[in-house]
Amino acid sequence: MAQKILDALTKKFAAAIEQTTSDHGDEVAYVAREQLHEIATWLKTDPEMAFDSPVFVTAIDLLDLRRPDEHGRVVEIDVGVHPNLGRFEVCFQLRSQTHKHRIRLKVRVTEADPRCASLASLWPAFDWQERETFDMYGIRFDGHPDLRRIYLYEEFVGYPLRRDYPKEKRQPLVRRDDLLIAPDSLTIKTEREGDRDV
Amino acid sequence: MSELKQLVLGRKDVQDLDQEQALPNELMTVNMGPSHPAMHGTVRIVLTVDGERIVASDVHPGYLHRCFEKESESATYTQIFPYTDRLNYVSPMNNNVGYAMAVEKLLGITKEIPRRAEYVRVIVSEVSRITDHLTCVGASAMELGAFTPFLYFLKCREWLYILLEEVSGARLTHSYVRVGGVSKDLPEGWLDRLFARLDEIKVVIVEVEDMLNNNKIFRDRMADIGKFSKEDAIAYGLTGPIARACGVDYDVRKDYPYSIYPEVEFDVPLGTTGDCFDRYLVRIEEIKQSIRILHQCAKQLPDGPVIIDDPRVALPDKRGTYNTIESMIRHFKHIVDGIKVPCGEGYTFVEGGNGELGFFIVADATGRPYKCYCRSPSFVHLASAGKTMHGHLIADIVPIFGMINMIGGECDK
Repeated sequence: MAQKILDALTKKFAAAIEQTTSDHGDEVAYVAREQLHEIATWLKTDPEMAFDSPVFVTAIDLLDLRRPDEHGRVVEIDVGVHPNLGRFEVCFQLRSQTHKHRIRLKVRVTEADPRCASLASLWPAFDWQERETFDMYGIRFDGHPDLRRIYLYEEFVGYPLRRDYPKEKRQPLVRRDDLLIAPDSLTIKTEREGDRDV
Repeated sequence: MSELKQLVLGRKDVQDLDQEQALPNELMTVNMGPSHPAMHGTVRIVLTVDGERIVASDVHPGYLHRCFEKESESATYTQIFPYTDRLNYVSPMNNNVGYAMAVEKLLGITKEIPRRAEYVRVIVSEVSRITDHLTCVGASAMELGAFTPFLYFLKCREWLYILLEEVSGARLTHSYVRVGGVSKDLPEGWLDRLFARLDEIKVVIVEVEDMLNNNKIFRDRMADIGKFSKEDAIAYGLTGPIARACGVDYDVRKDYPYSIYPEVEFDVPLGTTGDCFDRYLVRIEEIKQSIRILHQCAKQLPDGPVIIDDPRVALPDKRGTYNTIESMIRHFKHIVDGIKVPCGEGYTFVEGGNGELGFFIVADATGRPYKCYCRSPSFVHLASAGKTMHGHLIADIVPIFGMINMIGGECDK
């Protein structure tokens, strides 16, 4: 049943659908960045599709993701080498209340231009979810009514869920000189004075 | 008399006040929270009010952000269970089950989980759901001044926590479920003790219903407050008891059945108005339905192992770990190297205490998830709070927040 959606989508927007997959029962369609809003509008309004329920928005940072290559070996994919492979995949998961089917739309965006259309005007639930994705990955959603950080504070530098953001990095809002990890640089001090707790 | 006027109104007479300057009527910005006695968890709301009426509100979550997703990326699959406990800390079993199912889906072993393990998972999840609803209803009633239901329900919750402690060893952060099953079987005679307690809880629920359902104060504060239409509820992504109170017939257990839910009979209560009172009624009814599910599960509970017989997936039991070298090595490999989950990604969702609780995991053939996203219902529900509050009085925030049942740990991850 679910394959039908991907077929209908490919039929309707042949040029804009880059790839469709169906792993573990999850239907995924990679769509062209420019046509995301148009496709999403169709998915919401078409009675056959009727994707009325938003589920989640997130992004995947492909920086050091390992995937099987053509020989079946699991290797790190180099996002710099593949020109058509952006560093981020923005995921929009949708569900239909009436037809019970689900789909995940994915948009590939590059590190240099991490932009994609906002779907908050179609599904208000995506308002906060897009803010969260912006907060964590730095994806900019064009047309979002109020794109601000949501979990972190305004002064926060960088995007913590990007793979190159060190887990140990600390950015206290209040300056603390006793903190061993430099708050304003990406380098982490390794020398620790005694056994002081960080 | 004029002296008194001067004392009360300063230098002006009432007539002068009317002519020269009416009471100030510009909008005012009020900060509520992050630490407010009437709010669950820590959340800050910047309110713009016209007198007592809310014109706009800006909700700021994130005061309890503990980097669940970032920490998960550097933890092995087995080590993430304790983190999931701390998401919705009122019903941790549901989080455990949801996460375990997400990993099992990527491993492709969903169908191979022993039947007894599935039943035990459903039993503990339903007990957890009851504790979640008891807390929500009890705390909301307390915030409206009804202290007795709170004490009654918290006592009931404590009985259930003690029972879950018997099963898992921890009162609150159970970490009971494992990839491939559960960590240990139910203790001897546990189900009898559970049903003895559930019978007592049924009596308490009747008592609390008698206290609240026709209580004028409770009804006035709850009915017609925080109304949400069915269409809005769908568009805002609401799930769980809140959505069902709006009349949205969506329950993951029915619509995308998982585990052994197709084999048990239960009803999904639906509301009509979507106001706080309906949300309360739906929660009370869900407690009763959970008890119904538990009775059926106990009757159908099959014998057999409680964890999959696959050393690559199942963490060995503690007795083996301490007594045999093979189990000891296996335990070490599971904790340090992790379960090797093949490349792929998948979204798995279960019916948590608050709604659709999902885990979106990207695996890259190592022992640690490449990405572990949690779709937390509290976060989605809180996003609708701004719209819900609009036009209500400041005092109405308390029942609205209580019935959204925002759990800080789950909302802020």
